[in-house]
Amino acid sequence: MAQLTMIEAIRSALSQALEKDERVLIFGEDVGVSGGVFRATDGLMQRFGEERVFDTPLAESSIAGLATGLSIQGFLPVAEIQFFGFVFEAMDEIIGQAARMRFRTGGRFHCPIVYRAPFGGGVKTPELHADSLEGLFAQSPGIKVVVPSSPYEAKGLLLSAIFDEDPVLFLEHMKLYRSFREEVPEEFYTLPLGEAKVVREGKDLTLISYGAMVRTALKSAEMAEKEQGLSVEVIDLRTISPLDMETIVTSIRKTHRAMVLQEAQRSAGVAAEVIARINEEALYDLEGPVLRVTPPDTVYPFTLFEKEWLPTEQLVLDQISQAMQA
Amino acid sequence: MSIETPVRAQGDLRVIDEEGQLIDPNSLPEITNEKLTQLMERMLFTRLWDERAIKWTRQGKLGFYAPVSGQEAAMIGSEAALSPDDFILPSYRDVPQAVWHGWPLYQAFLYSFGHQQGNQIPEGVHTLPPQIIIGAQVVQAAGVAMAFKLRKEKRVALAYIGDGGTSQGDFYEGMNVAGVYRLPLILMIQNNQFAISVPVEKQTAVKELAKKAEAAGIEGKRVDGMDVLAVYKAVQEAVQKAKAGGGPTMIEALTFRYGPHTMSGDDPGRYRTKELEHDWRARDPLVRFRKFLQSKGLWTEEAEQRVEAKAKEEVQASLDQANKYPAMTLASLANHMYGKMPRELARQVAGSGLNADSGVK
Ligand SMILES: Cc1ncc(C[n+]2csc(CCOP(=O)(O)OP(=O)(O)O)c2C)c(N)n1
Repeated sequence: MAQLTMIEAIRSALSQALEKDERVLIFGEDVGVSGGVFRATDGLMQRFGEERVFDTPLAESSIAGLATGLSIQGFLPVAEIQFFGFVFEAMDEIIGQAARMRFRTGGRFHCPIVYRAPFGGGVKTPELHADSLEGLFAQSPGIKVVVPSSPYEAKGLLLSAIFDEDPVLFLEHMKLYRSFREEVPEEFYTLPLGEAKVVREGKDLTLISYGAMVRTALKSAEMAEKEQGLSVEVIDLRTISPLDMETIVTSIRKTHRAMVLQEAQRSAGVAAEVIARINEEALYDLEGPVLRVTPPDTVYPFTLFEKEWLPTEQLVLDQISQAMQA
Repeated sequence: MSIETPVRAQGDLRVIDEEGQLIDPNSLPEITNEKLTQLMERMLFTRLWDERAIKWTRQGKLGFYAPVSGQEAAMIGSEAALSPDDFILPSYRDVPQAVWHGWPLYQAFLYSFGHQQGNQIPEGVHTLPPQIIIGAQVVQAAGVAMAFKLRKEKRVALAYIGDGGTSQGDFYEGMNVAGVYRLPLILMIQNNQFAISVPVEKQTAVKELAKKAEAAGIEGKRVDGMDVLAVYKAVQEAVQKAKAGGGPTMIEALTFRYGPHTMSGDDPGRYRTKELEHDWRARDPLVRFRKFLQSKGLWTEEAEQRVEAKAKEEVQASLDQANKYPAMTLASLANHMYGKMPRELARQVAGSGLNADSGVK
């Protein structure tokens, strides 16, 4: 097995999907000749030809609209939105159109599309590059939302997403692209969509997160163990829509305490949804309220303030201590 | 792999050639000698500032930066044809126009760092901060122009966009709406041949971007964007027309960015040839305009050195000033979310531990 970064794992998934199935197409701004601004598609156009991997004009609604049309004609489009903040330009095509296609045509047409988009804070990007907008999509019926937390997860989840029969938004946290390597099988493999994963076992508190914040959660859990002798279980949601409540509830039945950590601003997001569901399904298993650790309700800040704005390991640790006293 | 992009034909409107010669003695725009030297001073200043900014970005002294060298004629020539109370809507690369329109240079550096204060355009300066979302400025410019029209003010809105940006829905919508209401709007396309790595030939099947104007029933013209006088003249005419109630104009300036797309890892070697870069450099806007001014006795070696010294000093002083600017705080950010801070947000700010003193610069 090779040690890959997340960007390499994604490239490996894209390349294997193209190899495996002729219906797979990859397109977006700068994905062809230059291989993507992060090199996720490096060499793919050269290898698979300009009909299968191609540069589009600079127009997100065109990219998403092409994907809709191609998908109802039987192709498996993997459309890249260069940075997730630009998705607003394609909002109607994604949420207003593709996500509703199966429903509005009574199953006659459906849209097996993957929209890939880099996002996430801490890497000093200009406005509207880093924002965590996943809540907008998690709230929209008909589209799945996947956020991998590591290279291994990224490859398996992306391959599942590409061969899934419904539209999937696949969000790649930029901070994870090159920050670490892990073992990633060279061969084709998939990881299930809609299933969370316990990434650290514990018995005192369940810490639920996704994306890059899973790394923060794991570090905070280690600190809690070292500094306070607490045993924190960490769950990586992996798919934020649809949510896997079974894994969460099973964990809470064991720990009786829970906390949600997200990089998105506070209100009406994934954390709010997870907490509402815990309320519905596991209230009587809890020994205290379920807290959420999030940034405040502002727009993603200017870069010089992002370190302060993003939840830190210490902040999570403090919240854990607080939760344990409740 | 690189794509051969042919050097495009010369623009339709030209005033001086590569040697700085007047192409047609009657084609000179209405312009004073003072304004002529000012154009040169600003182009030279901007070139030196760009060189500094590129160096500083590599050294980590600046943040986000999109190089401008090669585009000085299109940038400076278009802004110079406006009045201070005309409103501009720049994109991320159009920082020089915003600065020459009155945005203090130290704020442009704060913007590069990623400091909120950078975007707080001073009262009386008629520009938005640089737009990141490609195309958004075009539809907004139509609204600004409509305001001028409704209030019967003799002002224009000018939106800057790149060749790639002309593929966006917002571009088509903006020009269309401007045509419908005959708005005092100038749509300035800087066709620098590439949108990051994508050549303009792959952006559209139309050979001249300015032809897109036809579809909106508005006037479109193409100019040699390496010729500052051609750009100045085209914008000056468009301004006069708009102020006389003649409606919008689209101007395509043929130009080239010498540097990478931004300083965040773009490698032009992946998508364009050295020969192409060389061909465009041979049309350098500073070189030819300098020759033109010299032939008229309006530019000397001494003037050149004076501007260089001034640029070096002012650019450094602006960076120093930006570096001294007080840090952002969560409160300063949250204060600008709404006119009046919602109670819940105030509670979040208070409980965050990020009080007025804890922000970093
Ligand atoms: C809506 C949107 N889509 C994509 C981008 C990413 N992006 C930034 S600059 C750029 C290329 C722009 O090319 P062009 O319009 O020709 O202007 P230039 O950069 O050459 O000045 C792209 C794709 C963006 N900023 N906004």
